[in-house]
Amino acid sequence: MEIVTTPQRKKIHPHKFTLWVAIGSILMMFAGLTSAFIIKSNMVGWREVAMPRIFWVSTAVMLASSLTMQLALKAFKERKMINYRSLIAVTFTLGVAFVIMQWVGFRELWEVKRIYFTGSTGAGQFLYVIFGLHGLHVVGGVIALLVMFIKAFFGKTKNYSSVPVEVAATYWHFVDLLWVYLFVFFLVIG
Amino acid sequence: MSEAMHAHVEAATGHGVHHDEHNGHGHHHQSFVSKYVFSMDHKTIGKQFLITGIVWAIIGGLFSVLFRLQLGYPGQTFPILETFFGHWAEGGIIKPEFYYALVTMHGTVLVFFVLTAGLSGTFANFLIPLQIGARDMASPFINMLSYWFFFLASVVMLASMFVQTGPASGGWTMYPPLSALGQANDGSKIGADLWLISMALFIVSSLLGGLNYISTILNMRTKGMSMTRLPLTIWALFFTAVLGVLSFPVLLSGAVLLLFDRNLGTSFFLSDIVVNGEILPNEGGSAILYQHLFWFLGHPEVYIILLPAMGMVSEIMSVNSRKPIFGYMAMLGSLFAIAILAFLVWAHHMFVTGLNPFLGSVFVLLTLLIAVPSAIKVFNWLTTLWRGNIRFTPGMLFAIGFVSLFISGGLTGIFLGNSTIDIHLHDTMFVVAHFHIVMGVASMFGMFAGIYHWFPKMFGRYLNTTLAYLHFWVTLIGAYLIFWPMHYQGLAGIPRRYLDKSGWHSFNQFGDLDKMITVVSVVVFAVQLMFVFNFFYSIFKGRKVTSTNPWGATTLEWTTPINPGHGNWEGEIPEVHRWAYDYAKDGRDFIPQTEPIGNNESAH
Repeated sequence: MEIVTTPQRKKIHPHKFTLWVAIGSILMMFAGLTSAFIIKSNMVGWREVAMPRIFWVSTAVMLASSLTMQLALKAFKERKMINYRSLIAVTFTLGVAFVIMQWVGFRELWEVKRIYFTGSTGAGQFLYVIFGLHGLHVVGGVIALLVMFIKAFFGKTKNYSSVPVEVAATYWHFVDLLWVYLFVFFLVIG
Repeated sequence: MSEAMHAHVEAATGHGVHHDEHNGHGHHHQSFVSKYVFSMDHKTIGKQFLITGIVWAIIGGLFSVLFRLQLGYPGQTFPILETFFGHWAEGGIIKPEFYYALVTMHGTVLVFFVLTAGLSGTFANFLIPLQIGARDMASPFINMLSYWFFFLASVVMLASMFVQTGPASGGWTMYPPLSALGQANDGSKIGADLWLISMALFIVSSLLGGLNYISTILNMRTKGMSMTRLPLTIWALFFTAVLGVLSFPVLLSGAVLLLFDRNLGTSFFLSDIVVNGEILPNEGGSAILYQHLFWFLGHPEVYIILLPAMGMVSEIMSVNSRKPIFGYMAMLGSLFAIAILAFLVWAHHMFVTGLNPFLGSVFVLLTLLIAVPSAIKVFNWLTTLWRGNIRFTPGMLFAIGFVSLFISGGLTGIFLGNSTIDIHLHDTMFVVAHFHIVMGVASMFGMFAGIYHWFPKMFGRYLNTTLAYLHFWVTLIGAYLIFWPMHYQGLAGIPRRYLDKSGWHSFNQFGDLDKMITVVSVVVFAVQLMFVFNFFYSIFKGRKVTSTNPWGATTLEWTTPINPGHGNWEGEIPEVHRWAYDYAKDGRDFIPQTEPIGNNESAH
């Protein structure tokens, strides 16, 4: 059979490209929020917020999960499916752990540091909104990981296309880097 | 060869459209639900957006007729209103709360649900795969989600009109503190929450759509379809999608913060407010911050509405002038310039918010710069018409009408873009006249042009031409009769948003003018209903299309069968050898994009 290569073959896969555009779009939302933060931080009644310790731990967890995600992708590409399954499971667990730690951090802010929604504005209220929205994006990634995990175990069709795994990995690294950006942002400006 | 191509298509689109490539009999055993309801075919999704948009346009248009009744005949009773709207129009007189709800919903519905979802949702879905030579979108599933999020947003918005305290009524911009405090007015109770939720769903819909449009245009073009061979419709839809993807998330962040302020007591936008003698605890918020977040979307939104119309007008004008579009690269460059400038001018909506005058002058300069690419486009349209072999099809008439309205409305933009003149004109009827002509009616004309031109491709039938001509002339003359006088009202200082001006002696001179505008509004609305009748009647009973290329156009959508199935082309996707505008070339009427370059030609 004649082998045909078309120019489209060499291009980035449409799903990967779509993800990159989506990342740009998500970034715009956080750019809007963080610039609102900067504007507001120069106004009267602004109160700064002390970062709960647990957010340092969740940062470490997030970075570790990025590493395991990358290893999972590598394992998938090398067809080491057993390694792939366990690494996806680890990443999933770390993701869930991250979300739980964020919740614990919010509880600490609310109950110990007494930062409420009502009353005068400050970095704390922004923290709830911004970290909360980031958390929602992580939850989305966790659900995607769960679906991939189930597929890796129970999938009837053997699929050797690495595109879905690559898309998930890119998204995961993105929410990781986004977290680092937001965390540093609050440490420096908040 | 063909097997390899099919495998490639399968890999690229990620779904099995290749089943029906070998024959033209469409999908096997498709149920009604998967064909017409939860369809992943971009053509069906486009039609879903169009028909939902038409329903919204009737609702939004009807609202404008109702508040025009109030403006034209303040104090007069219309008992029929009470019959339909009950306590909102007690005694046949529109209550102030009802008036503001009508105005707010008219703006929201027309700007977002009709001219964003109905316009770019329809034509981006329908035209992108057909004109670039793809079997479907990059992700048909996300595309389907995009429509259903829009549907959900529509349901929530519609539901908000039936709650007891009424829908949001603080203006389509939803400025806090008015929109943030339930004590402020009835519309800011549950109605405002439903508005924000509906808009959040709408934003998700438009982002999912936009992602797909961008990656489809950049990744799924057929062989030979380089970027500079794309029809201008595709370029316009591309920039539209880029604008949406970058600006809608910022509105989302504003909407989220407003939801927090409304329901959880935060003070992002609220500060130092006293309601009925009670001091609210909110402190340190900034209402202006909301305006920045809103207009950072709001201004690009204007071009999200306008660019698809510009693209379709360029295409339709070239086809029906039987001439290549004048200055293809200039058209493309000006689209690019408009897309960039769209992000740099938002504060011209905020000249009177206490904006630093120096900053204001920067925004004046950037705003007036938009005149340059706009003028380039106008001159190119006019020179495309110049000495053309013009066929006055309904689509062409609406395209020419678009250019007329774009010029008339664009010129008043130069007035408003100057901060000094804007201090006098802001919040007057002059502003209403300006944006309705340049953005509202002009884009509606672009949409009508698109519908008349591509209806044969959508449904395999023509719209009735006699009704179409009547539709065009009444709408064009009516649009000018309605909006032109509003410029004079605005210059005389009549503010917008006032439901009864009769208490001001200085504005009394315009009573008859307001009556005239109202009468014309009713006539124009009736003619739109006639168009809707024509649309649905022609889907089933219109004159049948007998040739695959009824307009004699060069672009790829006319190489598909008259009623294309899912996958668009039977057999292989055609290869493209030339740009989209080879009209009246080498003594031939037109040369399709699929025809190879001849010996006596150089590649384009």
